[in-house]
Amino acid sequence: MNQPIISIKNLNLYFGKQHVLKNVNIEIPQNKVTVILGPSGCGKTSLLKTMNRLVDLHENVKISGQVFLDNEDILKDNVDITRIRKKMGLLSQKPSPLPMTIFNNVAYGMRINGIKRKRKLRPLVQKHLIEANLWDEVKDRMNDPASRLSIGQQQRLCLARGLAVNPEIILADEPTSALDPLSSTIIEKQFVELKRDYTIVLVTHVLRQARRIADYIVFMYLGEVIEQGPANEFFENPREEKTKAYLKGAFN
Amino acid sequence: MMRRIFKIIEERFFYGLMLASTAFLVALLLFIVLIILYKGLPSLSWEMVSQTPKGGYYFGREGGLLNAIIGSLYLATGAVVIGLFISLPLSLAMNVYFRNNKKLVNAIRFVLDLLWGIPSIVYGAFGFTIMIYLGIKTSLLAGIITVSIFILPIMVRAMDEIMKQVPLTLLESAFSLGSTNTEVAFKVVARQCFPGIVTGVLLAFGRGIGDVAAVLFTTGYTDNIPTSLMDQTATLPLAVFFQLGSPIPEVQSRAYAAALILTVIILLISVVTRFLSRRYYKTSIK
Ligand SMILES: Nc1ncnc2c1ncn2[C@@H]1O[C@H](COP(=O)(O)OP(=O)(O)OP(=O)(O)O)[C@@H](O)[C@H]1O
Ligand SMILES: [Mg+2]
Repeated sequence: MNQPIISIKNLNLYFGKQHVLKNVNIEIPQNKVTVILGPSGCGKTSLLKTMNRLVDLHENVKISGQVFLDNEDILKDNVDITRIRKKMGLLSQKPSPLPMTIFNNVAYGMRINGIKRKRKLRPLVQKHLIEANLWDEVKDRMNDPASRLSIGQQQRLCLARGLAVNPEIILADEPTSALDPLSSTIIEKQFVELKRDYTIVLVTHVLRQARRIADYIVFMYLGEVIEQGPANEFFENPREEKTKAYLKGAFN
Repeated sequence: MMRRIFKIIEERFFYGLMLASTAFLVALLLFIVLIILYKGLPSLSWEMVSQTPKGGYYFGREGGLLNAIIGSLYLATGAVVIGLFISLPLSLAMNVYFRNNKKLVNAIRFVLDLLWGIPSIVYGAFGFTIMIYLGIKTSLLAGIITVSIFILPIMVRAMDEIMKQVPLTLLESAFSLGSTNTEVAFKVVARQCFPGIVTGVLLAFGRGIGDVAAVLFTTGYTDNIPTSLMDQTATLPLAVFFQLGSPIPEVQSRAYAAALILTVIILLISVVTRFLSRRYYKTSIK
């Protein structure tokens, strides 16, 4: 594996007394799709939220360990968090549009990055909505409130909004959980396309989806990383007993 | 069987209670409006809202209350504008910047609730003391400052209550795009809470324009329309107060007409503001 873009070292995360991530070590390769697998409640979302320091928003959080992004430890107190977050777009598990129109949702990230002119924004908004496979459905209702979209449309809107910030890495937390099989497949293909320009870290519950798109797999169980490695090895020759059980569907 | 009957009775009982209390509230509101209409409508005239008092107005002669209407509008608008400049940043700070500092935020809330509970006459006296201390005479400015202090806790707490409800997921999605605290506060939370902010402003406007005690010692009273912040000014609540105390029935009736004007102003402002801001109601995330 070439130089990983993110490497996580001895990461521990506590919510109050609850030990949510236990001594986690992960290396995430650049321009690949890394899929995080594991049963519900094992800490996948918490891991993503630690990577872009969204856990800072929660009370009573304790973190130890290191998360290196381009050789910079982003858990240090003195890093500019907004810069880190712009590099790592996070798509949350529950889509959460901003309280504004569809257009302004996508334009938001560009505006806070200094692109203000409507004339410049319009083609970019369109480009990102096309990337997220939403353009055709919303092109005639750009000024509608985003909250009126269906959940699946909101999920894709959030993808477009995330891409508009121009991140290097996309952290996607079950980005297709509210989509029908056809739209899921389209979004999956889109992620595979996107890995040319971005590094993708994706959480999913759907094993088949992981098989289709993953280059690299991280398998977690109860806050620990049980096994990680290239996808074909992981699926063909799992080393750990727990992985074998999981692949047989034991925890689902 | 018994349980089922009991459930039905319980259901009926609370339904009835709900109906009764709603009816009571509506009746009370109607009653107040009817009294004001009944007593005030006969002496309400175009003259009253378009002219200032001529000599002898307060003994039942000609003239109107335009000075008090304008004075009240200036006063309440000025106070609300000052209030907004302080309450909006403060409530946003409490819910964005300091949201994890629960001790600090709860202390602020506690102080604001205490301030809210203080009767307006105390604010009036306080304003009066400050005026003497600063050497300001009774004036529109003194009234605006006093009223703005008096409505500040109302505005902050009204906005704060709404901002507390902003879902964490919304904050997360705004922050995960790389927004700074200030961007999240003003571009996302303020927008999401716009309806609540409007409500807070209207509430404060209503309280400010209607209060007698806060302006009793601070604004003075004059028959002229104020032309500068340093002028004395009349206000509608004081006009009601003075006229109601008159032994002349004609003047007493004008007091109700003034109260009617006050009510209509508050109503109009509410309706117009809500109409103008309806666009923002739609984009809020439910
Ligand atoms: N804000 C929080 N406060 C306290 N505990 C939390 C918080 N968020 C998550 N947890 C706990 O941390 C553990 C891991 O949660 P997490 O959301 O990371 O799981 P997950 O793997 O994403 O699950 P799912 O697949 O169901 O989304 C759970 O036990 C959860 O209850
Ligand atoms: Mg999750």
